Amino acid sequence: MSIDVPGPVEPPVPPPVDGALRLCVDNLGVLRGGRRVLDHLSFSLSAGQALIVTGPNGAGKSTLLRALAGLLPRAGGSIALEGGPPDVELPQQAHYLAHSDGMKAALSVEENLEFWSRYLAQEPDRRSRTVGAALGVVGLSHVAGASFGVLSAGQKRRAALARLLVAFRPLWLLDEPLTALDRASREKFALAMRDHCALGGLIVAATHEPLGLNEAKELALGSAG
Amino acid sequence: MSSPLAALFLREWRVARRIGGSGAMGVVFFLTLVAIVPFAVGPDPNLLARIGPAILWIAALLATLLCLDRLFQADAEDGSLDLFHLSETPLELAVLVKCAAHWAATGLPLVIAAPFLALMLQQEAMALLGVVATLLVGTPALTLIGAIGAAATVTVRRGGLLMALLVLPLTIPVLIFGVSAAEAASGGAVPFYAPFAILCAITLAALALCPFAAAAALRYLGE
Repeated sequence: MSIDVPGPVEPPVPPPVDGALRLCVDNLGVLRGGRRVLDHLSFSLSAGQALIVTGPNGAGKSTLLRALAGLLPRAGGSIALEGGPPDVELPQQAHYLAHSDGMKAALSVEENLEFWSRYLAQEPDRRSRTVGAALGVVGLSHVAGASFGVLSAGQKRRAALARLLVAFRPLWLLDEPLTALDRASREKFALAMRDHCALGGLIVAATHEPLGLNEAKELALGSAG
Repeated sequence: MSSPLAALFLREWRVARRIGGSGAMGVVFFLTLVAIVPFAVGPDPNLLARIGPAILWIAALLATLLCLDRLFQADAEDGSLDLFHLSETPLELAVLVKCAAHWAATGLPLVIAAPFLALMLQQEAMALLGVVATLLVGTPALTLIGAIGAAATVTVRRGGLLMALLVLPLTIPVLIFGVSAAEAASGGAVPFYAPFAILCAITLAALALCPFAAAAALRYLGE
């Protein structure tokens, strides 16, 4: 039997206006291994805004992102992305980027990204980039045909970031997105994040390092206790 | 087949065919297993002709299981499984397509290699056709049933042995009707069609049920 992962509550009156998305998290509680990691957490985020989640190790940053992505069941409260298409659930409008890249070492960078662009983009969106353009943004055009397994740690990270660009999804859930990136790549990625916000996207990022987003909101989670 | 599923099939197929994939391993294991049996039971042609279908079926079962343990574990380790949960494509369909690609890359080569190995085991023409037909129909059921075990052990490190223990009892019906249909093809008290039809029915039932069971296990363990 499957445990029912609770979906988001659909808004009563769906206004499908582009750019009017709003992520509302109300009174969220999440259990992990019987321990209440998040409790009574509420925040909201409008289209074009970014939220930086900070806190010490074990404060629940990754748990919050996994719960937002629908990968962890909620122990209470609600998560909703208001203003989107009424028949699409929140996880299907979200990109989730964690420590693992979701790429196959045996396939080339291009083949990996081609797969995710076809698997994650349900219908063509003018805001999705082609694989070649996305690789250009993260500066990996010269290794497009190389096996993913032979890339360096930073290059793997950049390929994983390119996945966010090949299939447009309004909500980006980023868990330590800057790991292993050099200074130039961080600046390129900050630019890509600002572009995403300008397109009406939302970003929730858990990080210990500055992301280069000046107007971002900040959410500080408490210690593990 | 819609575009996301076609893309998934292509990816799985490519991964299985590249170096380090499970495509070639299974058929080599199958060949080795069948080749060592005459050393154990002796080179008596009559004995080999009699137990040939059973040897081929057991070897196919073990070769299928050998390749299956990484079916979902590789995706869980590299994070792809989390992303499958975020897609609009239902997990059940993703499981079905992964099984189809896995069978095409590892099960189908077994079926193609089987007639040559059957010749080694002194099979006559009808018995040879019977073995190939039953393997063609029965190996998809082995892959699908094995997928449940692969999904249930996805979080267990080195879960291959545990998976084999879980899956082997479930494959007994496939083995019984596969071998009895293959033996009936070369003559005997039972007509070929009766066990063969039941084997087809088992495969169809596995096709209908196993993707749901495997996807349920992946959802439960994914949290």
